[in-house]
Amino acid sequence: MHISEGVLSPVLLSCGYVLTAAGTYVGLHKADYGRLTTAAVLASFFFVASLIHVPLGPGNVHLILNGLLGLFLGWTVFPALLVALLLQAVLFRYGGIAVLGINTFDMAFPALLCHCLFRSWLCKNNIFRIAGAFCCGALSVAGASLCTAAALALSNEGFLTSAKILFTAHIPIMIIEGCLTVLIVSYIAKNRPGLLGCAQS
Amino acid sequence: MASGQALQTMDPRTLLLTAAGTAFCFSAIQSITISCAGLMLAAIFALRWTPSWQLLLQRLFVANFFILFVWLTVPLTMPGINILTLGPLAFSLEGITLAVHITLKCNAILLIYISTIADMDLPTLGYAMERLHCPVKLVFIFLFTYRYIYDISNEWKKLQTAAKLRGFSPNTSLHTYRTIGNMFGLTIINSINKSHKVYEAMLLRGFNGHFHTTAELKMHNHDIFFILSFFTVLLILLCADLYIIYCHD
Repeated sequence: MHISEGVLSPVLLSCGYVLTAAGTYVGLHKADYGRLTTAAVLASFFFVASLIHVPLGPGNVHLILNGLLGLFLGWTVFPALLVALLLQAVLFRYGGIAVLGINTFDMAFPALLCHCLFRSWLCKNNIFRIAGAFCCGALSVAGASLCTAAALALSNEGFLTSAKILFTAHIPIMIIEGCLTVLIVSYIAKNRPGLLGCAQS
Repeated sequence: MASGQALQTMDPRTLLLTAAGTAFCFSAIQSITISCAGLMLAAIFALRWTPSWQLLLQRLFVANFFILFVWLTVPLTMPGINILTLGPLAFSLEGITLAVHITLKCNAILLIYISTIADMDLPTLGYAMERLHCPVKLVFIFLFTYRYIYDISNEWKKLQTAAKLRGFSPNTSLHTYRTIGNMFGLTIINSINKSHKVYEAMLLRGFNGHFHTTAELKMHNHDIFFILSFFTVLLILLCADLYIIYCHD
């Protein structure tokens, strides 16, 4: 999912940084240090989950889980993903510093949109919770791959087919992520409902 | 072979600025000739400052997966002059040129990363970010995230071992996904519980959002000289690129 250094045009890189800076500013402004602690834990979880491979048919896929972060963090997903992607760039050379802005926006923006659309569903009945968690997990990955594909296609027309391939390759991951988000949210709802922020209902 | 000791004595901010400056400058380069020159300069720099070229190649290999994807798709799908046909596969000149250009730029940037920030201690990187006026809250998340990576990783390994001892063998089944989902859920709950306890303990000790460090960050004359010379080289590359793109024809 990470776009490497040297691929995108300077205009797109700048746009990525401006949008991510705006999202990060709002995210940091809205959160107190207690909430930032949760954001840091979930950012670490995102980092570790990207190293875990889940079996799928004859092979396996690695998880993204940006939807899960979006669901819990709202606007704070921007700084959380910014930091997690920076750590991946420094430790593993995935992505990079110049593409950090666009890579963060690609993953954080769909997660934020899903948070706005489906967050309230988690506090309704079981069916809504399952549907909301699935949509959040699957659509966040769909949105992230769509944004990445769009960034590639806008940067150079030669990437148009590569962008389509990239999006298509993520379809199985969308389904797996949707299912896993449902399972994780259901587990948390059963064992620590307070974390979902709707314990009183 | 020279070791990276001299670079390690530099201020972390110098190294961070060098890596960021290279990334932005090389991303803007449009001429393949200048990208080639940039890669050569980066290779000389990296060979001068990294302990061994085997380690360098190993690190480059890991980071080139996206470039592999570019090579597998762009030359075959980009419209243009057909220069090579292998059965049903037709390679276009424009596609190969674009793939070569991206490979040169990406590897040039990676070489500088590997020599400057790849081996940097992450808390030091956090303090360098703070001293470069990054928002304090962002530095807080950065340092906390780094701290919890090991905790979460250990928690996950513990649960994995427990699952293995109970005969769990992952495959493509609902049982596997349910087990992994539960393990993820438990990891999140335990880690958040622990992080809140740590944060409360920090509050009791008077934490006010700012981490104090005993590490001293100090810009020396050689740091300033290094930054000035490095950025001059980047500026020359950018000017040469602009000249080739806009004035040469």
